[in-house]
Amino acid sequence: MANDSESPLIQVNGIDSFYGERHILKNVNLAIQPGEILVIMGSSGSGKSTLLKNILGLLKPATGQIEIKGLDICQASKHELTELRKSMGVAFQGGALLSSLSVGDNIKLPLRHHTNLDEKTISIMTRLKLEMMNLAGFEDLMPSELSGGMLKRAGLARAVIMDPKLLFFDEPSAGLDPVTSAELDELILKLREAMNMTIVVVTHELESAFKIADRITILFDGEIVITGTVEEIKSCQDERVVNLINRTPRDERIDAQQYLQRLTRENQ
Amino acid sequence: MRQAIEKLGAHTIINVEELGRLSVFLFTVFKSVFSRALRMSEVLKQVAFIGARSMPIVILSGLFTGMVLALQFYDVLARFGSVDLMGSAVALSLIQELGPVMTALMIIARVGSATCAEIAIMRNEQQFDALQCMAIDPYRYVMAPRLVAAIISIPLLTAIFNVIGILGGYLVGVLIKGVSGTAYLQSMIERVVWDDVQMSIIKSFLFAIVVIWIAMGKGFFVHLEKGVSGAEAVSRVTTKAVVASAIAMLFVDYIASSFLI
Repeated sequence: MANDSESPLIQVNGIDSFYGERHILKNVNLAIQPGEILVIMGSSGSGKSTLLKNILGLLKPATGQIEIKGLDICQASKHELTELRKSMGVAFQGGALLSSLSVGDNIKLPLRHHTNLDEKTISIMTRLKLEMMNLAGFEDLMPSELSGGMLKRAGLARAVIMDPKLLFFDEPSAGLDPVTSAELDELILKLREAMNMTIVVVTHELESAFKIADRITILFDGEIVITGTVEEIKSCQDERVVNLINRTPRDERIDAQQYLQRLTRENQ
Repeated sequence: MRQAIEKLGAHTIINVEELGRLSVFLFTVFKSVFSRALRMSEVLKQVAFIGARSMPIVILSGLFTGMVLALQFYDVLARFGSVDLMGSAVALSLIQELGPVMTALMIIARVGSATCAEIAIMRNEQQFDALQCMAIDPYRYVMAPRLVAAIISIPLLTAIFNVIGILGGYLVGVLIKGVSGTAYLQSMIERVVWDDVQMSIIKSFLFAIVVIWIAMGKGFFVHLEKGVSGAEAVSRVTTKAVVASAIAMLFVDYIASSFLI
């Protein structure tokens, strides 16, 4: 569980992010404490994946600052970023396994690159992680031979192979059946218990978020509406949060004049 | 009229922007080749893909090119009563020009398109993001072995194309048209000099860089394609890569020829 007295592991200060002309993130501020599971939630297009990409250093925010373990990743050198990334694990939505390598070789990749361990030790460590993810025996298969849930678990195995203290997980439940999704939630909790990780999960699945989160951040149209514990989120009276929790469809008011214009406009 | 000029201007800006992006990409790939030890297993895998598996089409196209050349030269040389020069005519045409160009075209069709599509799909499936997050440089891991493999394979394939083409010319010239075998080989030995072979090597080396550079670069920046995404974007960049690398290769061919002849 998070320790509030410690300084944040990740500090996001007033970032703004754009895709072309579109303003995706608007003055986002966030602090993630060591040892906590923080879930970033929001509906599709709310900017949660963009926020994750900014935190991972895959996108540079237009303004603002992101600090991970005290390092400003927007100003960091390539070498500093590389060293930081060695201590982080990222599990992508579709697994993002390299299609030219077997599942085993994918998981071994960070160890082969960043350590001098012998091949035997690397193989044992890989099998350990595969066992942990219920993927024992799938080492020699190619990613194309795995199901969606297996790909996510293999991606997670690769993300934790270096035993990182900080793990990011993008949409663990998306596109999975309820049973596999619940299994992944259990895995995330188990990982935190076993390895004392700080975990940041991006999801739009309410049930999953309530189950695993210490704190939840809700994004709406690129702005953070609230960051709080599960109870605080459930008791929040903000209409956007209530609508998200109750799965209420957006009530978009239609301007008759604009609606007619859209219907009758000439094709450009 | 104004609209047309605006469109031309917008198009020019997009193309200049892309050329700049691809130039930086090529520079970064070259830098990554020399930054740390290369993954030799991946270089060998790519040599097998670009080189060994391209052998059948290179041999076939080389054979037919040489045969057609012999037919053409026989017709022309017979009018001047100089069919004995056929060997040198076929060999010089192949070594100086057709060998490097035809081999590069075959590689664009077989390797350029496949490489571009593969890299574009890797981008779409976030495989490059994953590499970056694992602190593995995608340029060094994915691009550098392909560049090195192309630089090794394409000049070798060109040499094979040249030899098979000369053999094809011999088959048609000597065995079908009745040109003297000794004259065919003798004229070739007398007139083909080291500078001609050197030109072939330099051209094929330059073509190797151009072909693999454009294929990799177009695929790598598939996410920047305007108005399309997913499978459609992959198909569009692959088509663009094939066309652009063929044109760029011919442009480089002209420049190189003007310096080397």
